[in-house]
Amino acid sequence: MSEKRVGRVVKVAGPVVVAEGMAGARMYDVVRVGEINLIGEIVELAGDTASIQVYEETTGIGPGEPVLDTEAPLSVELGPGLIESIYDGIQRPLDALVAKEGEFMSRGSDVPGLNREKKWHFKPTVSEGAKVSTGDIIGEVDETSLMVHKIMIPPKVSGTIKSIAEGDYTVTETVAVCVADDGTEHAVQMMQRWPVREPRVSGRRLAPEKILVSGQRVIDTFFPISKGGTACVPGPFGTGKTVVQHQLAKWVDADVVVYVGCGERGNEMTDVLTEFPELKDPRSGEPLMRRSVLIANTSNMPVAAREASVYTGMTLAEYFRDMGYTVALMADSTSRWAEAMREISTRLEEMPAEEGYPAYLSARIAAFYERAGRVQCLGSPEREGGLSVIGAVSPPGGDLSDSVVQATLSVVKVFWSLRGELAYQRHFPAIDWLTSYSFYKQYLKGCFEDKEQGLGMEKMTAEAMALLEQESELIEIVRLVGSDALSPRDQLALETSRSIREDYLHQNAFHKVDTYTSMEKQFEMLKTVLHFHHQGLEAIEAGAETADIFKLPVREEIARAKYIPQEEMDKICKIRETIEEQMKALHGTAASK
Amino acid sequence: MLPVKEYQTVSNIQGPLMMVEMVDEAKYGHIVDIELGDGSIRHGQILQVENDKVLVQVFEGTSGIDVKNSTVRFLARPLELGVSPDILGRVFSGLGVAKDDGPEIIPEKRIDINGKPINPYGRDYPNEFIQTGISTIDGLNPLVRGQKLPIFSGSGLPHDDLTAQLARQASVLGEGEDFAVVFAAMGITFEAAQFFIDDLQNTGAIERAVMFVNLANDPAIERIATPRFALTAAEYLAFDRGMHVLVILNDMTNYCEALREISAARKEVPGRRGYPGYLYTDLATLYERAGRIKDNKGSITMVPVLTMPEDDKTHPVPDLTGYITEGQIILSRSLARQGVSPPTDVLPSLSRLKDKGIGEGKTREDHADLYNQLYAAYARGKEMQELATIMGEAALSDEDRKYMEFANKFEARYISQDYYDNRTVFQTLDLGWELLSMFDNVDLKRIDLELIEKYMTPFREKQSKES
Repeated sequence: MSEKRVGRVVKVAGPVVVAEGMAGARMYDVVRVGEINLIGEIVELAGDTASIQVYEETTGIGPGEPVLDTEAPLSVELGPGLIESIYDGIQRPLDALVAKEGEFMSRGSDVPGLNREKKWHFKPTVSEGAKVSTGDIIGEVDETSLMVHKIMIPPKVSGTIKSIAEGDYTVTETVAVCVADDGTEHAVQMMQRWPVREPRVSGRRLAPEKILVSGQRVIDTFFPISKGGTACVPGPFGTGKTVVQHQLAKWVDADVVVYVGCGERGNEMTDVLTEFPELKDPRSGEPLMRRSVLIANTSNMPVAAREASVYTGMTLAEYFRDMGYTVALMADSTSRWAEAMREISTRLEEMPAEEGYPAYLSARIAAFYERAGRVQCLGSPEREGGLSVIGAVSPPGGDLSDSVVQATLSVVKVFWSLRGELAYQRHFPAIDWLTSYSFYKQYLKGCFEDKEQGLGMEKMTAEAMALLEQESELIEIVRLVGSDALSPRDQLALETSRSIREDYLHQNAFHKVDTYTSMEKQFEMLKTVLHFHHQGLEAIEAGAETADIFKLPVREEIARAKYIPQEEMDKICKIRETIEEQMKALHGTAASK
Repeated sequence: MLPVKEYQTVSNIQGPLMMVEMVDEAKYGHIVDIELGDGSIRHGQILQVENDKVLVQVFEGTSGIDVKNSTVRFLARPLELGVSPDILGRVFSGLGVAKDDGPEIIPEKRIDINGKPINPYGRDYPNEFIQTGISTIDGLNPLVRGQKLPIFSGSGLPHDDLTAQLARQASVLGEGEDFAVVFAAMGITFEAAQFFIDDLQNTGAIERAVMFVNLANDPAIERIATPRFALTAAEYLAFDRGMHVLVILNDMTNYCEALREISAARKEVPGRRGYPGYLYTDLATLYERAGRIKDNKGSITMVPVLTMPEDDKTHPVPDLTGYITEGQIILSRSLARQGVSPPTDVLPSLSRLKDKGIGEGKTREDHADLYNQLYAAYARGKEMQELATIMGEAALSDEDRKYMEFANKFEARYISQDYYDNRTVFQTLDLGWELLSMFDNVDLKRIDLELIEKYMTPFREKQSKES
């Protein structure tokens, strides 16, 4: 430690500290500030003075106190033990901090990201004498019942495996020795480090053409996101951004979910923490926590660590992608990240661009989302990994012209627009079907094994969307002249769109059946809703009164179809038969009256 | 403890800020005493230190301070509150100094008023229902222990009556449990503060209350510290003494304005409407102090009150508050004009933690379905009310008229409630069923059929008898 560079504090202004005597320090080096060892990062250098963003509250720090340069950028530890963890923004395990210091956060704590004592059972997948290079998988660890952790050769290492053995190891013990061509030996441990602000290296980028199924009807049917795709959810407060994010974290068909609570509510993170271990993954039946990593830097935790938290989450997600997994990263909320950037920038007295945000805001946001994607992973065996990123945005007053929203929309391919009015009617998810979009819609048909079904779904979504569009026009007319002025066909269109909205798009996240809908069930449900429409049109042709059609008892069954469990899906098909029977009975009734 | 150092090197004074030079060993965030030429003392806090220059914000304002005769004492500690169980029943100034006639408080310990963030892992999820006796809260936006639920109001709206009712009625629940009210007044009028104090006195709750009072004519900068004192007292009572504490912060808009004043004096780059860019973070460090922690009996439930300038919900203060708190209760001027009292604007009001605090064993099994249905029906009814004002009632279909009628009844009977009417949650739920009994099952899509069968039947029977 003694040879490390030590400067001294000259200025303290909130989370920004300026130190002198820092000549030779590099940008983004991590430093320890003051006698109580606060963690910080160098964000500006001028001569031998360095401006430092400090990840902890700076009260009590004053000029003259020491600043120690660790001479390494902010990095995370990667290896077995990540899954089921809950970290703060700079990868300190929050559970270990509670055990060490109690329920309130202290300052200057130092707990490593990965547990150093715990032994993991390592099983080699290559044998001695194998030629290896960066990214090659050399062994596996069963980390949880849902997660086989692949141990990969770290960056800048290649050569021949000299020794490798099955056994129980801690993350810092040597599991294999690799001899390079020039004869130097490299001990391979299960743990690697990676600087968070630098994207992890992967192979070729691939087109994101597989849908990430979420079980949320409005998302999967109308605005799907793909494996390796990017999405954003902007909306004013109270419109359910967080519930959407939680629902996705719970139900998406990804192998790993990284959830970053960036500057949001503490109680929400507690909710995730209490709920995830109890919820079961719909595919494996195992607790969801066994595939999740949580990062919680709540709004009252230091602002600089909030800025780092999204990068920490991203790096962990990339690491799992490199193993060949499908990963989903949720960041709630990226606005808080941008605000943290703004706060640091203001304290550095940088010239502001729009709304006080720094001029590099959109570049940072674009670079962040660009770390998503579907890739060919480095090394052997050959494998593909995907990393989807879903960012919530909290624009002031729900105003979509906000800089963060605009910068995000210019990079993401899916836009789920949350609307206040829908939320006020308790229509959740409050995703506005008229303004949202997805560039991955074309891949929807690939979700179905049966090709016919896939094509059918594509047709139905188009028809349903057309009806919703038509509704918005008809409502204008109704507002002016009343609903009696509409033709029977238009009246039916209005009723069907209402049914699409209330019986199909509205989904109760807190109902045990309704919270998740498989693609097959979505297909059957939508088909039923539209079947009513088609049969209704026929009935009108055959002389039925619209009022009678709207009063058919089968409509209640359609409305309650969402509560039919997956196993009893044939009941939904039966509803269609009931529709036909009841509609037939109406044919010609108008004339007879 | 370091010896207290004194300096007479004040160099600049500007607005609420003062610069002191040639200081050594000043620490960010610590406090100072300023002795004026006439011997009076003011208080300040260090906002920035750069080499030997120290920037101080003066809580009582800088009028009358001069550069030559002022002495600044650096106290080498952050702003602290001395706490002991004796703080209950006492009234303090906005800077935490006892200002009633009571005896001096001998502190058990002194706590930094900035507090420490609760580790998210150390939190316990709030899921205990609090019965407030107010239908629009209990029935539609239930409050739970450890929640922060603000009231968004406007000038001239009866938020004082509503908060007083809340404090009065929520405190009686939980037999045998310790309950306390901490009230922080920031820049409100003497009348408003006294109304609250009188109310607590009338119900005898005053002995379980701690007040921090900064009135409209008290120094504005002091308001920055007031809620922090209140929350420090609340944390002590909740987590050291195991009490259930209800914290009322009134009015947060004044707090934010004080913050803006400091920011402007520092010539910081302003965010929206001149408020500082860190307003969100600053508010979060207050609001996030509500909650429960694991293995601890106590809890802090927070009801901040704020007045929306021009009733604008997108104004930075309500907007950023809404992003941090777990919901909001919004008061509506148009309902108030129609004589609905309290004029709770039900549709945009929300409690985010309701789902875990209600249901079987907590309130009743039908609670969730019922409020979903009430919301849906009222939203549609409200639309019809508007439509009727455009086109006249005659243009509505029978179905639409039914919804409008529902909305009218709902406003008159469910939302309207006397400030001394303490309804049990079951009365509130039954009232909901009664109002919904005018609809057929096919219109009640959001309620489970079995529940309709079980809870609606008596009301339908009653209705058919009447007709």
